[in-house]
Amino acid sequence: MTARVLAVARSEMTILLRNRWLFLATLIMVLFALALTFAGSAPTGSLGADRLLVSVASMTTLSVYLAPLLALMMSFDAIAGDSERGTLALLLSYPAGRGEILLGKYLAQLAALAFALTVGFGLAGAAAGLTGGTSPESLAALLRLIGTSILLGGVFLAFGHFLSALAGSPAAAAGAAAALWLVFVVLYDLGLLGAVVLDSGGVFTTTFFPWVMVANPADAFRLWNVAASEGVAMTTGMTGVAGSLPAWAAPLSIVLWLGITFGLAWAAFRRLEP
Amino acid sequence: MPHEVLKIDGLTKLRSGRPVLRDVSLSVAAGERVALLGHNGAGKSTLIKIALGLLSPDGGSVRVAGAVPGSGPARLATAFLPEAVSFHGALTGREQLSLLARLAGTGTGPVAGLLERVGLADAADRRIRTYSKGMRQRLGLAQVMLGKPAVALLDEPTSGLDPISRQDLYAIIDELAAQGTAVLIASHALTEVEARTDRIAILRQGELVANDTLRNLSRRAGLPTRLRIVVRGGLADQMAAETGGTRVNGASVDVECGPDTKMEALRRFASMPDRVEDIEMTPPGLEDLYRHFAQEGKQ
Repeated sequence: MTARVLAVARSEMTILLRNRWLFLATLIMVLFALALTFAGSAPTGSLGADRLLVSVASMTTLSVYLAPLLALMMSFDAIAGDSERGTLALLLSYPAGRGEILLGKYLAQLAALAFALTVGFGLAGAAAGLTGGTSPESLAALLRLIGTSILLGGVFLAFGHFLSALAGSPAAAAGAAAALWLVFVVLYDLGLLGAVVLDSGGVFTTTFFPWVMVANPADAFRLWNVAASEGVAMTTGMTGVAGSLPAWAAPLSIVLWLGITFGLAWAAFRRLEP
Repeated sequence: MPHEVLKIDGLTKLRSGRPVLRDVSLSVAAGERVALLGHNGAGKSTLIKIALGLLSPDGGSVRVAGAVPGSGPARLATAFLPEAVSFHGALTGREQLSLLARLAGTGTGPVAGLLERVGLADAADRRIRTYSKGMRQRLGLAQVMLGKPAVALLDEPTSGLDPISRQDLYAIIDELAAQGTAVLIASHALTEVEARTDRIAILRQGELVANDTLRNLSRRAGLPTRLRIVVRGGLADQMAAETGGTRVNGASVDVECGPDTKMEALRRFASMPDRVEDIEMTPPGLEDLYRHFAQEGKQ
């Protein structure tokens, strides 16, 4: 069982290395993280936080957009591409279960994503710490950012596999992935914003809003990082929402989403007829 | 009694209510090479997918080496060559074959030898993106030979191969059969399977309309031999009228004669040196047989 999962993962990793995906993802993360760290260093003094903490706050916002995007771009082709090339039927005729194939691809992509996120945030964090000082709190916030970003990426990798198994072709899977990203990362928040404005401080805003927000994995990721560090909360201005939810809400949301998306991907892949 | 490794009994498959396979029974014994012929859409690929366990039958049963298709033992026993497989372009041939060898549980030991066997030794470490269609097909064949399968299911194995590669392909199929593998070759390229298979099965619109040796099928069909008479001096019309043949162009007439009347007709035309310039004889080939069985009863 594990030998076959590892064989699939190894092959998938070779592909990620060959088509430069690992390199590109890492490069994108490093560039954006460094740019945000140095562009966002101006307000440090007034808030009394060290530069690393400010940098983590900026990078949290960055990760909400980039981690799901990179994850979807890595995973949308995983099943639809093999299906189109005729290799999927071949793979499935071998003594490897569909679960093993899915898990192998997932693990390789998760490892590549984790590498890109760790290197990007790690380098930017190190640069911020070296030039502006660190504290135990800001170091913990950086580690938390990296860990939760990998979890968030994991959710969207599984989403990508779900769409890849569902769509008939790589092109359709790519389109669906772009739509999914837009909904979860952009439109959902815009909708919430509109609802809050219309509600103007009513029951929705005070009671339901935080829960509706945390139900989105991307927002749950944001809330998790904000709630866990006062300094990050201050610099992102999200103290209010984070404070009105119990501490377990955001982590639970992400873990549930991991289960849901992996379940969806597996169910779609199981029903796929190559 | 040879051991039947692939056993299909009364197989029926429906697609959105319409049968794509109707009560098909077909067996392939160890070491036997069977050609499965049919038009596109006759049900060849569906049959193969059911034998692989990728589709489930709506009626009847299929056993691969005694196991249910798709089960662990059945997958271990089965090798498959998909139609026009193209593989991931970013991997090298060696890497692709190594992955499959690991999945098959044979380890990467046989990989180098198999690449050599299919003539890809020099290209083994090049990316598959740079391979020609024929080279990809050879790589597909190399994986068929992994782990001495009990059954090999080849879907259009000759598509995209040049004539020399086809010779190699049939040499490999012979090798598989010699080591005891039951080989089922789905094809609509008729001429190549003619001499290289032990038995021919023909599917027409989901039904098995023939399943026998080439010789027996020929006898059953009783197909005529075609004589093409090249006529001198614009007498083709007259010749066609006299012999009941059909004029093909200004100078030739086609005459069809059964196995019993062939020699008589040849003697007759040979005795007209002033009018007949040449005689070409075409015995019924697989193509004609195929057309006969694929059309029979259609009206």
